[in-house]
Amino acid sequence: MTTVAIINARLLDPATDYDGPGGLLIEDGRIVRVVHGASHIDADQIINADGLCLAPGLIDIRVKTGEPGAEPKETLKSASLAAAAGGVTTIVVQPDTDPAVDDPAMIDFIQRRGAALNLVNVRAAGAATKALEGQRMAEIGLMDEAGALYFTDGDKVIVNSRTLQRVMSYAAAFNALIACRPADPWLTEGAVAASGELATRLGLSGSPAIAERIGLERDLALVEQTGARFLVDQISTEGALETLARARAKGLEVAVSVSINHLCFNEVDIGDYRTFYRLDPPLRSEADRQALIEAVREGLIDVITSAHAPAPAEDKRRPFAEAAPGAIGLETLLPAALTLHHEAGLDLLDVLRPLTQGPAALLGLDAGVLAEGAPADLVLFDPGAPIIVDADALHSKSKNSPFDGRRLQGKVIGTWVGGRKVH
Amino acid sequence: MTQPSDVTDQTIRDRLVPFPKPHFLAASDLDPFVTPQLLDLGDAFVDFNRQSSKALDLLHGRTVVNLFFENSTRTSSSFEIAAKRLGADVVTMPVGSSSVKKGETLIDTAVTLNAMKPDILVIRHSASGAAELLSQKVGCAVVNAGDGRHEHPTQALLDLLSMRRAFGDVTSLTVAICGDITHSRVARSNVALLQMMGARVRLIGPPTLVPGDADRWGCEVFHDMREGLQGCDVVMMLRLQLERMAGALVPSTREYFRFWGLDREKLAWAKPGAKVMHPGPMNRGVEIDSDVADDLDVSLIQDQVEMGVAARMAVLASLSARWGGYAR
Repeated sequence: MTTVAIINARLLDPATDYDGPGGLLIEDGRIVRVVHGASHIDADQIINADGLCLAPGLIDIRVKTGEPGAEPKETLKSASLAAAAGGVTTIVVQPDTDPAVDDPAMIDFIQRRGAALNLVNVRAAGAATKALEGQRMAEIGLMDEAGALYFTDGDKVIVNSRTLQRVMSYAAAFNALIACRPADPWLTEGAVAASGELATRLGLSGSPAIAERIGLERDLALVEQTGARFLVDQISTEGALETLARARAKGLEVAVSVSINHLCFNEVDIGDYRTFYRLDPPLRSEADRQALIEAVREGLIDVITSAHAPAPAEDKRRPFAEAAPGAIGLETLLPAALTLHHEAGLDLLDVLRPLTQGPAALLGLDAGVLAEGAPADLVLFDPGAPIIVDADALHSKSKNSPFDGRRLQGKVIGTWVGGRKVH
Repeated sequence: MTQPSDVTDQTIRDRLVPFPKPHFLAASDLDPFVTPQLLDLGDAFVDFNRQSSKALDLLHGRTVVNLFFENSTRTSSSFEIAAKRLGADVVTMPVGSSSVKKGETLIDTAVTLNAMKPDILVIRHSASGAAELLSQKVGCAVVNAGDGRHEHPTQALLDLLSMRRAFGDVTSLTVAICGDITHSRVARSNVALLQMMGARVRLIGPPTLVPGDADRWGCEVFHDMREGLQGCDVVMMLRLQLERMAGALVPSTREYFRFWGLDREKLAWAKPGAKVMHPGPMNRGVEIDSDVADDLDVSLIQDQVEMGVAARMAVLASLSARWGGYAR
């Protein structure tokens, strides 16, 4: 068995709070030794990191592809290539495909297709309700057995509270994780932007911030009653953060995710109807963005996702309200997250934690840590290297990146999955 | 236990015990003293029913009316056969297809029937509390043959009779009731009667089908069959109504069977020698595998049907014993 050592690195391991010099020895796809401090490691192959950052590969739990059903938009292959290029070693694809991933055979299909690509770890989230229709419960137990990591109706809100209550209650028997977008379905109906002065001036129908709070209050009350494991999917407002803090203060254990877009942009970015910034939930005010960044700083956010949502040009080149919502983000996730370090002054470990250990702990994965026995899923990056994002050069089949043309700092130098270099 | 050839009219009369209440509406109408006596009487009827001549005259001249507002074949025939073997005149009215459609209320029907002077009314109705309401409006004895999701007390008595015949003693048994507890009147009656007799009861099912406060019934609640069946003497499966899927209570029959359907593998988690019961009718391949249901070494399901007639004879006979007219 050949051994590979990566030496002279700056190890960044949020799980053990280690940020310092060191190296790793990799054998048989796993980390077999972690060395802190500058020392040589004997191995068949030695990679000198020259002081660059070596961290657990990123885990992105909210990735949409078009496979099956809309392959021109994105395939598991193009998404995997984008992930590898972005230092993301595990992606969890969303169930809102065509047909929806609401059946154990679909979970199996995605995992097999993903594994055959031999790039990054491809895992799947299952639908919470059949065909994401919010009516009948999906086969949560069988999908859980087949390897689904969590259950969600994706962007859709389960409107019927009794259905959601039953889904949560049922899932608790399997200790399965349920994720829901917090949103009141009526207050957000038809909305394409955040309610506010800007949306009013642009003549766009807005979604008020309280819609998120109201939706969240309902979801949390149901979690409290059913004892479900729960992820608040894509929080975007300060008010909802306060609601969450109140519930947590009462002892309710819930996880929360935020998308990288809501940490990097605000409502002003939609400017003159720039549809690449049409997102769901919509970009909010700067105060909301700052509150989300503070929440990351304080460790209140469990997971940062790319909210990768490919949309081809024909779906984006439309009047703002008719354009498809969403943005790609897999490949730009790391440099975009590093803006929290460079601009907001967050510690590198605090930025990386919700990208590695946070999602791993939430989903029960053994990855996301630089420890002996852990899979050698790694990213080597230069945190300060300046880049200019060129959407056309990204691996995604759809090029709807809101970072196109932006200057960011942080460049992925190498990505390893199970000890295998994939980028 | 008496030999079949020994069962005579007199054997039955010797064991006859007056029912403790004027009606049999719920398991709580029984008590720990009279229940074993009713089971003894039931035993005698079992033997009697196995004889070729099965006619008694304990209820001779009495009228039993079966009032079934819900469709049922097995329970109504079981009551009908029980009453006929006791010599009663029996009228079975499938009301589900007559007066209700003409808009008559339950009480109107009851008052009308009461005027015809029956002696025992056996009622099944889809509304919880219907038997209780009826009992307040009529002058005869009322037997609850299932009211909504409330009680089905004769089922609990026949289940207890089946268990006592299989195990000899019911007081030390651990009984797991599995499946749709929330909507089951069979579960409620069995919990009450089994606990009254000192047995330990466990409830096993998905969280959506086990009431959240069921632990306050004095039962242990499990959502995992492997955990719940550990050390159980009896595994009582309940029928899963297929409309539960539409209500988002369970995802599909195949998933239900995978996690809560009783097959050989899951049965092995229970105590060696454990018996399987089911009130019927079964959804084979949904809550129970035919392999288990049809194995006479473990399944009491056929016995339950036989015990049903005997237990109902015991109930009807003991209700009539309150009137005094039968004694010789």
